[in-house]
This record gives sequence, structure tokens and C-alpha cells, in this order.
Amino acid sequence: MPTAHLRVWRGTDDGEYVEYEVEYDEGMVVLDVVHRLQATQTPDLAVRWNCKAGKCGSCSAEINGKPRLQCMQRMELYPEGETITLAPLKTFPIIRDLVTNVAWNYDQARAMPELRLRPADADGNRRMAQIDIDRGQEFHKCIECYICQDVCHVIRDHPENMAGFAGPRFFVQLASIAMHPLDTNTRRATVDHGFGLDYCNITKCCTDVCPEGIHITDNAIIPLKERRVDEFHDPLRIIARKLTGRG
Amino acid sequence: MAQASTALERRYGDTQRTDRWWLEPLLVGSGLLIFVVYSTVSGVLGEYWAFETEHGLYLSPFFEPLIHPEFLPDWFSPAILILWAPIGFRTTCYYYRRAYYRAYFLSPPACAVREPAGSYSGEGVFPFVLQNAHRWFMYVALLFIPILWNGAIRSFWLDGEGIGIGLGSVLLTVNAALLTMYTIGCHSLRHWVAGGLNQFSRTPLRRLRRRLWEIFTIANEHHRLWAWTSLIIVGVTDLYVHLVASEVVTDPNTWSGPI
Repeated sequence: MPTAHLRVWRGTDDGEYVEYEVEYDEGMVVLDVVHRLQATQTPDLAVRWNCKAGKCGSCSAEINGKPRLQCMQRMELYPEGETITLAPLKTFPIIRDLVTNVAWNYDQARAMPELRLRPADADGNRRMAQIDIDRGQEFHKCIECYICQDVCHVIRDHPENMAGFAGPRFFVQLASIAMHPLDTNTRRATVDHGFGLDYCNITKCCTDVCPEGIHITDNAIIPLKERRVDEFHDPLRIIARKLTGRG
Repeated sequence: MAQASTALERRYGDTQRTDRWWLEPLLVGSGLLIFVVYSTVSGVLGEYWAFETEHGLYLSPFFEPLIHPEFLPDWFSPAILILWAPIGFRTTCYYYRRAYYRAYFLSPPACAVREPAGSYSGEGVFPFVLQNAHRWFMYVALLFIPILWNGAIRSFWLDGEGIGIGLGSVLLTVNAALLTMYTIGCHSLRHWVAGGLNQFSRTPLRRLRRRLWEIFTIANEHHRLWAWTSLIIVGVTDLYVHLVASEVVTDPNTWSGPI
């Protein structure tokens, strides 16, 4: 039976890494090994988890420095004998061990603009063509693991920016609302007010780490930036507005 | 059993990553630096940028279209009148922004690697707010596509000799093709054709624009590939025209006899 060499963050902000050796079975994922560690050596090890299927987004942590879902990282990815470092999401306050307080994200969720649907048709239904909703389907895959929020350097390295920055997960939600075919909420409000889109410098770490493979930067953030360019910086639109007197 | 170790990283460059995260910014930074130095030397200081005809059977893409009014002094390179457009287009390009923010500004040097800056303001402040000019440069880049294709097609014709083909013709054609792919894969162009619409189904024109958006999206998904290949080929083509025009190498072509 192979042995994993784990280096696990223990404690809170002033905690420390502690090294363990844990035997594991073929086919196990990192979360399985953490559970075995918890069951055999450290019953007080705090780790948040739920579905073990990569769909609940609970077991986010940093494995060898990369934000990941513990339940989706197979042990075969790490050569036997290599030390595997497990740390909590470093952007958020540590509650204990591998568990962080992600409540800041809930605050961002509450600040999102609401969807204002246009009136229903005469029969009381609202209809959307498939071609109009295809684009938004990708955004609905988000499992809110907050790995993208964790890796974003805007707040990871500069926590003072948390006051005016929604983060990549919520840019995905903004894009979902802004592109909704039935929404009547003003686009300018969606792209321009208070969400800190300007902080994003397109370094694409959020896209690189997304376990659902959502093209966060290309399909959500850049289109939102481009909608703002439509509003304020497109020379042809500026000329057209001057000529027509609109806007 | 349990051994104490170091605390969470708090300083520049600190990371728990065990892979070679520094390799990509190093390669990207070196590649961009090489191109910037080469294009400056070649376009601004160099000679021998056209070969054979008045406007050049092979005209370096750095000089296409050739604008060379007589009132300009001899030391003034015609490339200066051209290069501002591709430089502006690439500098404000969403892919290149990712590349040079990581490689030169170390903001961040790689994902989950601590960056050096003590504060960060993003693209909302000068000079980074100028990135919004990408739409302007995109319009200019669209004008350059037919101009570069014109140069490529022209390279298959030699006055007095007629149609033929040479290695330079091939390079100029590949250059025009890759620059076309890079441009139609542009995020701004992709958005411009239909990305701002929310109801594609409403009219036939909107459905057509949606179809174009889908096609441009295919190119956009490989924007990095087109960015690098088009950058490399434009440098290689320019170098080749220089070497042929300065008679360092001989162009294999059908006008001089069988290749």
C-alpha cells in the first residue's frame, strides 16, 4: 500500500504546516487521504466537504500551491514519495485548518443586480429561443467553489480591494444577467457600477483553475468590458450618437 | 509524525507551487523582448525593406502599405507611419495584456504566486485605462487585412515576367493568412459582430450576426496561437525580405528559372 507524505496547514492565521504520513489505496483522491488522516491520526482536523463528486464546491483547498477541489485530485497525479502540501484558500480568513470563512462571497452575491423580466406573453408564458440562451448555459455550470475568487490576485495579494471588487465568480453572474434575453435591467448599470471590473487585468488565473471549465475571462469578463467599450469608448458609436442625438 | 514548518506565504514570489511556474513568464517575456528589439532595429533603423520593383515585389510587412512622401527626410523610416497600428493593436490585445502583465509587471508572475507590488489599481487608472482603445485599433487592423493580402497577391506578379511564385510569395501569403486569423479571433471583433446582443432570434440579420459570432469564436478560442504565430511570421517575413534585398540570400522563384 503506497504512503502519502502530507504537509497540512493546522490552526488559524498564525498556525503552521504539520507533516504526516498516510497509507492510501489505489484510486483514492486527495480528499479520501485527508479523511483517512482524520480517521487514523488527527480526529480534530477541520476539513469542509460534502458531495465528493466535484459538484458541491465545498472541499476547495490549495494543493501544492494550486487552488483545487480535493475530491477531484487523484493521488496518481502526485509521484509517490513527493510531499503534498495542503493549505486552506489563502484569500479568505481561516477558521481552522483547511476551512475558511467565505462569507465575503455571500455579500457579493447579495449586491448583484436583480433580473427584471419583461412582461409575459398574452398566455401568461415567457418564451426564450434556444439560440438566445445557449451562451448563458455555460455560466450556470458554476458550483460556487470560490476557487476563482481565491486565485484572483486582485484580492489575494491586495485584500484592501475586497471593498470594491466582486471577483470572477460574480462577473460570471453579472454576465449571465447582462446577456439574459428577457432581462430589462439597464445594461449600463450592470457593467459600470461598483463591481470593480476595471481591477481585472485579464491574467486568466480564474479560467485556469475553474473545475467546471467555464471560460470566465473570455466569455464573461471580456464581454462585460466590451459592453462598457460599446457604451463609452467605441469611436463609431460615439459618432453615431452625435449624429442621431441618441444616448 | 508531526513536524512544524513555515507559515503561509506573505512575501513576493512566495508560493507553495512545486511546478516550474516561472518558465512561462520567462519564455513569454523573452520572446516579446526579442521581437520588440528586432522590429525596432529592422523597421526604424534598417535598410533593404523592399525587393525588385518600385513598390517591391516583396515588400516587408513592416512597410505595407508603402507611404514614402518626398518631403520626409532620408533618415525617416516609412515603417514609422505603419507600425503604430499593429503595435497599438497588439499592445491593447487581451491576450498580450495577459502575457506582459505576467511577464513584465509580475502582476501576478503566475497564478497563486505572490506579486511584488504593494498596491494595485488595475486598468481603471492611467496609463492602463488606455487599454480601452483596443476597439479603435481593431477598426484600423481590419483595414490592414486587405492591404496585406494585396501585398501578398502582388508578390506573385513580376513586371515583364508575369505570374510566378517564390519563397517570398509564400511567406507573404502565410503572413497575411495568420494575421487574418489573429484579427478575426480578436475578442473585440467577436463582441462587435454580435456579442452585445441578447436576443439573436429576433431578426434574420441578428441570426446572421450570431453565426458570424460563432465562427469568430472558433478563431478566438485559439487567440494565443494566432497571436504568436502571426508575430513570428511577420518577423521572419521581414527578415527574409531584408536578406533577399541585401543579396545575402537568393530567393528561389519561378522567374529565375525552375526552382
